[in-house]
Amino acid sequence: MGNPMKIRAAVKDGVTEVKILMQHEMETGLRKDADGTLVPAWFITEVKAQYQGRSVMEAQFGQSVSKNPYLLFRFKGGAAGEKINVSWMDNKGDKRSDEAAITAA
Amino acid sequence: MKAKWMIGTVLIASLAGFSAQAAESKLDAKTAEIVKRDFQDRGIARADRVVQDELQALCSKYHDKLPAKLKSKMEGEQAEAIKLPADDKYMGDWKAGEKLAQSGRGMTWSDKAEDPAGGNCYNCHQLSAKEIAFGTIGPSLLHYGKIRGNSLEVQRHTYGHIYNAKAFQACANMPRFGHKAILSEAQIKDLVALLLDPESPVNK
Amino acid sequence: MNIKSILLLALVANGAAYAAEAEVSDSDRIAQYREMISDGNPADFDEMRGESLWKAVAGPKQATLEQCDLGKGAGVVKGAYAELPRFFKDTGRVQDLESRLLSCMSTLQGLNADEIAAKPFATEKKPSDISSLATYVVGQSKGIKMAVSVKHPKEKEAYEIGKRIFSYRAGPYDFACSTCHATSNVRIRMQDLPNLNVKKDAQAAYTTWPAYRVSQGLTRSFQWRLNDCFRQQRFPEPKFASEATVDLTMYLAVSANGAAFAGPGLKR
Repeated sequence: MGNPMKIRAAVKDGVTEVKILMQHEMETGLRKDADGTLVPAWFITEVKAQYQGRSVMEAQFGQSVSKNPYLLFRFKGGAAGEKINVSWMDNKGDKRSDEAAITAA
Repeated sequence: MKAKWMIGTVLIASLAGFSAQAAESKLDAKTAEIVKRDFQDRGIARADRVVQDELQALCSKYHDKLPAKLKSKMEGEQAEAIKLPADDKYMGDWKAGEKLAQSGRGMTWSDKAEDPAGGNCYNCHQLSAKEIAFGTIGPSLLHYGKIRGNSLEVQRHTYGHIYNAKAFQACANMPRFGHKAILSEAQIKDLVALLLDPESPVNK
Repeated sequence: MNIKSILLLALVANGAAYAAEAEVSDSDRIAQYREMISDGNPADFDEMRGESLWKAVAGPKQATLEQCDLGKGAGVVKGAYAELPRFFKDTGRVQDLESRLLSCMSTLQGLNADEIAAKPFATEKKPSDISSLATYVVGQSKGIKMAVSVKHPKEKEAYEIGKRIFSYRAGPYDFACSTCHATSNVRIRMQDLPNLNVKKDAQAAYTTWPAYRVSQGLTRSFQWRLNDCFRQQRFPEPKFASEATVDLTMYLAVSANGAAFAGPGLKR
């Protein structure tokens, strides 16, 4: 199970804004550490957000996304008190899923 | 009666002044003690680096504003210590000089003794018009040679300034690159060329 | 209108036009970028890590740090950082946060302070417990006005010595903190430098450390900040949480008094 994410979601005028901060090293596989050895590639490959059983955001991440990625997106709908679920998977098959309640902005 | 009273007041005032000064020197001494004790060797940065030379101690004490007489005296001493090249030639390779000016490496505990130090120049100065990532701690050196020409006198002066900036301004922020053996004679010549060669990007 | 005032007007108008052109400087753009990325600070993760360490049993004494007195009473974390450094009766000296954490980790948990002080900073491979603990504690002072006291004679002395260390020129480059931090409106390369002798700059700088250093991908403490400054000054290494570092911190913290603490921050 990957490291916990920080999720904040707020709804205003029928649009919910979701901010996600993920904890992940996001190694490109091209970097050498202090000893000169190549650090193996290790990065999130996909991120999904679900609201009331429907997908509201899907992203395919890759090597170009930096360490501890921050993602902000908006979707039409959402109600205060309802839960939004965010999950990611990385190239090693590790997964993480967290949820947060939507607040009224 | 009034005179005695006045003398008494003056005496107390001067004693108070004297004890304030004594308290200041006590704190100065304690500071030096604490610094000596609380810094340790690491890599090439040896603990004895915190032992101040006379100039460093004076600049610290006076917060870089030496009284006029003392300032002239110290500048004179620093100027006398400048070692100009034996061949009286000052213009090296400006291309090497630009590389040197870009490098901020050297003499930290994360540097290796065998690696040559950089000039650190762009940290504080603007040089080539093409380089936008320049510091403003020191004056801009853009068109340095264009403005001054490159006579032998200007070359000597420029070499001397890089060798020991404190000869010109006792408590200058600029390191004493030659005097403290940070840069070699050849390296300083490359920097002189960077500043004075008409072909150098500094003068374009 | 006489010739003198016409010329003056022309000069002012010229100056104003130039200023308008130079409005969005590179520094401004960098500041805009920083504002954009300040939302979503990975330092939050280090804070979370620190909080769980504070509440976790550790060391030969198998105790948590929940009885640690950071100056406001045993276990009181909220607002503690805003009053540090301060004099502590039990150790008889002025201590900053990291020095105090060392005291608590050794006294309450029986951990070896010298061992911790030997390797106090996180690396990309290994986090540092004392560093994460510091991040947690400072986060609990977010929004609280800095109120560091110099009432106790030892606090006053620490301030005076810290002030002198700030101007202490030494080493092969003749650098002191003041070499970079005692002039307003200058920068090193593209990094704006706060004038730490000016209240406004000192407040902005001091209240945003510890911080997540984007270029290193790690949250860095105030002891780390001092350590890395001394490295670049070509000084030898300051001993972790030593009196010299505490006194210097005292000087800088007092300069920040009155400003709301804003850390942990986010830096380049």
